Amino acid sequence: MYSRCLASLLLLGCTLLAGCERETRAFHEEAPAINDVSPTDFRAGGTPRPVAKNPQAAEYERNAFHISEGKRYYEWYNCYSCHAAGGGDIGPPLMDDEWRYGGEIEQIFSSIVEGRPNGMPSFAGRIPEQQVWEIAAYVRSMSGNAAKDAVPSRGDEIKTTKPLTQVPPTPERSEPPRSNR
Amino acid sequence: MPSRDYANTRYSGLDEITTDNVAKLQVAFTFATGTLLGQESAPIVIGDTLYFVTPYPNILYAVDLTQPGGALKWKFDPKPAAASQGVACCQPVNRGPTYYNGRIFYNTLDAHTVALDAETGQLLWKTRVGDFNYGDTFTMAPLVVKNKVLVGNSGAEFGARGWLAALDASDGSIAWRAFTTGPDSDVLIDHAEFKPFYPQYRGKDLGVSQWPPEHWKIGGGTVWGWISYDPELDLIYYGTSNPSPWNHEVRPGDNHWTNGIFARDPDTGKARWFYQFSPHDLWDHSAVNENLILDMQWQGQMRKVVVRPERNGYMYVIDRVTGEVLAADAYTYITASKGVDLKTGRLIYNEDKTPSQGRVVREVCPNSPGAKDWTPSSFSKRTGLIYMPHNNMCMDWEVKPVSYIAGTGYIGVNARFYPGPGDGNVGELMAWDPVARRKLWGVPERWPVWSGTAVTAGDVVFYGNLEGWFKAVHAQTGEVLWQFKTASGIIGQPTTFRGPDGRQYVAILSGIGGWAGAMVSGELDERDPTAAKGFGNMVGELKKQSGIGGMLYVFALPR
Ligand code: HEC
Repeated sequence: MYSRCLASLLLLGCTLLAGCERETRAFHEEAPAINDVSPTDFRAGGTPRPVAKNPQAAEYERNAFHISEGKRYYEWYNCYSCHAAGGGDIGPPLMDDEWRYGGEIEQIFSSIVEGRPNGMPSFAGRIPEQQVWEIAAYVRSMSGNAAKDAVPSRGDEIKTTKPLTQVPPTPERSEPPRSNR
Repeated sequence: MPSRDYANTRYSGLDEITTDNVAKLQVAFTFATGTLLGQESAPIVIGDTLYFVTPYPNILYAVDLTQPGGALKWKFDPKPAAASQGVACCQPVNRGPTYYNGRIFYNTLDAHTVALDAETGQLLWKTRVGDFNYGDTFTMAPLVVKNKVLVGNSGAEFGARGWLAALDASDGSIAWRAFTTGPDSDVLIDHAEFKPFYPQYRGKDLGVSQWPPEHWKIGGGTVWGWISYDPELDLIYYGTSNPSPWNHEVRPGDNHWTNGIFARDPDTGKARWFYQFSPHDLWDHSAVNENLILDMQWQGQMRKVVVRPERNGYMYVIDRVTGEVLAADAYTYITASKGVDLKTGRLIYNEDKTPSQGRVVREVCPNSPGAKDWTPSSFSKRTGLIYMPHNNMCMDWEVKPVSYIAGTGYIGVNARFYPGPGDGNVGELMAWDPVARRKLWGVPERWPVWSGTAVTAGDVVFYGNLEGWFKAVHAQTGEVLWQFKTASGIIGQPTTFRGPDGRQYVAILSGIGGWAGAMVSGELDERDPTAAKGFGNMVGELKKQSGIGGMLYVFALPR
């Protein structure tokens, strides 16, 4: 992996570490395990319960190979048949900023593996874990939540959605009153 | 029954509401359905009670018409499996209950049929007729013929294998089931009784041989539309849906017995004849529309026919004794085919448009919901005209590789829809003269018309549009005489009835959804033109014009 990184450094002249991650092709990497991922961070007592972050998961959404593989598997496993190219159909849109069960990559992973009650089938045992991470990273990219230099710019199919490089993440502010905390 | 009579005319003999006074119609009462995903049910009225079914979770409401404002008499909640929503291609809609011999029968999304005591709402029986894990759902309204409850599955977008089943009205046991694909023994084809008019239906086990090996097991041909019955000939008539998947390249052959019409003996289920509107379907031109049973003048002779406004854009007149096609006239703009060869009965496809992988086919008209989807027409015995909701839409279509995974969609196509040529109006209520075989007039609509129609002896035609306008139209001239804006888009079926107080009422459910309304009710994202299988491309102003809702409206003339 080190030499591959060096090679791509030389070939593409990429200078940032992110650039390396973008080009890394991991085939038999140990996929991060999932545990304790709740669709909600709302917790009695007031302090939100953060989604258990998986350090390796983040790498999937910074990596071009993983995201483009994810796009391929999204078609392959018929996700498009229920979610179209992200605009939704039987299932909800995946390209917007609204999540019923959470939009963190770990939560998306969990939606795919566990299924969801109103008609999202569980793909447990059907899709190898690493591919699920790749699909989850691709799903994140639909709403502009993956590294811009890692997402595929355009496909060769019928024009469906905007190139993913042009999807802006939703601007957000957080200014709750102090007295509430 | 939702279609009013076995002939599926949706004609009511009531004439208190006329072309002269209909402009005075006003709301008598409303009733909240408590559900929001596309209200396609017909309200039906038996005695003093009005019944309708909601989309998932398929609650059946019995409304007491003797009470001011229509009070709830009882309701029945069948608690269908929530997961079945995942295999409802075009929203978890329900087209209504039916009544027979003191009982209400209806279907639930998770492929069960229930029978209730019409007076008390008590559950009499419940039968699991299909398996939603393999894509079977129910959206259609049953029809009861000779004590048999006829029900058929939806799910051709999931590789469900289509069937029509006959349940004993007394106990819900299955008397027979006729599959749409597979060996003759499954399709209930007995060559001693099966006499199709055209030779291409005469071979043995065509439901196997007109498919790649084993493909008939996941080949679609579901039965989610309307059934009609001719008591004299003692035959039922119904259509079969598109084959699965939409990508035609993976299923060479004519794909018998999808996209056609069967005539069957209601006692045994055995087929009498068959005709295929769209052999080897290219476009999801699912052939489940209503078959109007008419006896009419045909070249100087009375003929027993069915008139079928078909999704592929042709108005078929078929001899209902023999299955011979007498006429097939284009009623909308068509590029997908060049006509119907009346000698062979075969649709003549436009070779230039044949989809193949790696090529986007453009300007295919009509698009997959077709020149007309499930939305039922009506026929007036007084005017002799058919009142038909229909659409003018085209599409771009691209086939892609597809694998079958049970419980997921089996499609293999990217599509995007847009208005057909003309002034941008996509829908129309059309009056069609079946004898002269021509259009008399049309009421243009900006959006696809996704509601049914009803016509009365007062010469008034009722229907609604996606914006939520419920309209009364002069059955002779097409003049819009009255309209009322309901809270949400209309995709339901109007009913007119005489109330316990002797007055004539008109009822309609308002609540956008279904395939054409899914962009609104599903809150889908129109930045993706392929959302809702192609409707994402033509949302336009619709989201501003119609909100999500679910309400029964009942109208009457002022006292
Ligand atoms: C059979 C239809 C179907 C298929 C196939 C399907 N989904 Fe879903 N999906 C749904 C439905 C319906 C929901 C909403 C479930 C709910 O609200 O309980 C959903 C929910 C989701 C969610 C949660 C969305 C949120 O707002 O939190 C994600 C993420 C998702 N699907 C991704 C996928 C991916 C990726 C695939 C392919 C591996 C896929 N789905 C395949 C129907 C489907």
